[in-house]
Amino acid sequence: MAVIKVEDLSKQYRLGELGTGTLSHDINRWWHKIRGKEDPYLRIGETNDRSTKGNSDYVWALRDINFEVKQGEVLGIIGKNGAGKSTLLKLLSRVTAPTTGSIKAKGRIASLLEVGTGFHEELTGRENIFLNGAILGMTKAEIRSKFDEIVAFSGTERYIDTPVKRYSSGMRVRLAFAVAAHLDPEILIVDEVLAVGDAEFQKKAIGKMQDVSRGGGKTVLFVSHNMEAVQNLCTKGIVLQNGRLVQSGTVSESVQYYLSNSSKMVLSKTFDAESAPGNHYAKLLSVKVVNEINPSGLFTTNTGFSLNFSILNLIDERQQLDFTYHLFDERGILVYVGSTGASHEPRFYKKGTLNIKTSFPPNILNEGVYTIGRLLFVQNRGHILTEWNDTLSFEVLPDSGGYLGSQGGKEGVLKIYNLPWEVTYNNQKV
Amino acid sequence: MNTNTLMKENEEDWTLVIKPSSGLFDLQLKEVWRYRDLLQMFVRRDFVAVYKQTILGPIWFFLQPLFTTITFTIVFGKIAGISTDGIPPLLFYMAGIVGWNYFSECLTATSNTFTLNANIFGKVYFPRLIMPLSIVVSNLLKFGVQFMLFLLLLAFFMFSGSKVQPTWAIALVPYLVLLMAALGLGFGMLISAMTTKYRDLKFLITFGVQLAMYASPVIYPLSTLPEKYKLLILANPMSSIIELFRYAFLGEGTFSWLYLGYSTFFALAILSLGIITFNKVEKSFMDTV
Repeated sequence: MAVIKVEDLSKQYRLGELGTGTLSHDINRWWHKIRGKEDPYLRIGETNDRSTKGNSDYVWALRDINFEVKQGEVLGIIGKNGAGKSTLLKLLSRVTAPTTGSIKAKGRIASLLEVGTGFHEELTGRENIFLNGAILGMTKAEIRSKFDEIVAFSGTERYIDTPVKRYSSGMRVRLAFAVAAHLDPEILIVDEVLAVGDAEFQKKAIGKMQDVSRGGGKTVLFVSHNMEAVQNLCTKGIVLQNGRLVQSGTVSESVQYYLSNSSKMVLSKTFDAESAPGNHYAKLLSVKVVNEINPSGLFTTNTGFSLNFSILNLIDERQQLDFTYHLFDERGILVYVGSTGASHEPRFYKKGTLNIKTSFPPNILNEGVYTIGRLLFVQNRGHILTEWNDTLSFEVLPDSGGYLGSQGGKEGVLKIYNLPWEVTYNNQKV
Repeated sequence: MNTNTLMKENEEDWTLVIKPSSGLFDLQLKEVWRYRDLLQMFVRRDFVAVYKQTILGPIWFFLQPLFTTITFTIVFGKIAGISTDGIPPLLFYMAGIVGWNYFSECLTATSNTFTLNANIFGKVYFPRLIMPLSIVVSNLLKFGVQFMLFLLLLAFFMFSGSKVQPTWAIALVPYLVLLMAALGLGFGMLISAMTTKYRDLKFLITFGVQLAMYASPVIYPLSTLPEKYKLLILANPMSSIIELFRYAFLGEGTFSWLYLGYSTFFALAILSLGIITFNKVEKSFMDTV
């Protein structure tokens, strides 16, 4: 049974400053309206692509979105920054109204767009639980019946009669999330709020979310940039791109689609012999990065990957040929250089296609986005015949039990942890 | 077959439909009622939070009108020598100030509804009407406290033999309070809705309310005005209310059903206009604020 039905949903925003032009547009709009004509500014408007400069002041943050969510489903909403995820959530949580189209829902929708909304600094924790609960749509009786549970969940018993302004930021978030988690709506919208709090609290929060969706037959809409989290928590997925819905299906289909289509991730490239990059020495036919364990799976720190290159050698001479690749992290720092020259004798090849495969073992790289760049085709251990740049880009995800990963930033590039240690102890008095 | 059609009926049974815009008078009062606890919370918050970490606390409720009354008595009564129709100046001014304060505070506080609460409104949905309503209610409590002060003062003057005579019009006082609330709420909502787009009004309101006070009989009795100005002052819908308020408790002042009718009509008109505009803006103000 569908609990949410989104039909032809669009949202238009006006860019730039709202200033002197506003009044004239408003008057023009009103003039069209009283003559029974269509709003002149609805016809214009462009797709929402941040990076290109458009001609119109109006953009469509969302355009003609259609989808359905069934009861008990956990829907992951995936997309790059600016794809329209937040706008969709805002429309669903009724913070702003759509320009055209409609959303139909069964039951109460509650959003954790941002926890702690309406917290008042001067009021105590107790008073804020009631205030915040009421803002989120609970009645006083409901809050009272869940009060002890909320306080216990937040772990702030001791401070409950202290003004919130004396709370640490962590305590504030715990209290706020505790209130929101006890809302008990039929449909729950979760943005990346869980990115806060310590690891223990995150686990608690995730557990609560899973209880909500699995146990109570509740429907959850989840938005995150963390694909691992999306894949672990969701059952279905939709992908937004520039305000349009480009894919919907099971969550793994959506995650795959997103990763292979987002501009940052390039998991494979294939070229025709004519258009292939290179020069008269060699051309690059294809590059590909593959998960070693599960060819269609995501890359995590404990899966490892293999790199596959296909190169068209155009010189029919016996030469000392080597192949080298460079691995960079997201900041462009060189992490590793792999070269056939290190472990192979120089090889002599004839004209034709070279298929090269190299494996990168698991548990070496930490999570992050990595790029394969500076592919070199080298002669005589030093003479670069051909060079290709920025060929592949892929994300390595954390494999830890915490579904949402570490939000405190990654701990270095390398994951190696079996390095030897030596600790000596000196009992001398200081 | 049968179950199939049943399912279909169920499917159409939506409890919530979000659409671009609704009718002008689609106020969703049912939902406002469902959120009545929130209104109570907001009132409580306004009351508790404002005077936290102040030494005098709620005594400030008394001090504000008291000092204003004393200042008015000295400046307008003693220095400028404006007539108070034979009523003790302290009572005369306080009657005007208590009434006017309720109206003006409802107005100024409501007029900030959208801009001040943008961060809450931007994240959570609840009937936006709750916010201005809670302001009116918490100001009503404040008015109640100040009204007590006025009654105390009145009792004191009556015992000490001043010639003040409450009249039957006291029965109309609750209605007057309602009118003031409607006027303050109406103007406030209208302005708050318009400031989301046009900030110009924000500048207007601060001195506009002040000017309007001088254009009402807060500091002078209507009876002393020359005829040609009288009509001008009576155009201010608050004028007849203030006059009637004084007439009810102090026995002096102008009472006319016509003037009261005008104020009533004005209050209803501005309240409807305010609610309509507010309702229209609340759905999309996040895009323009």
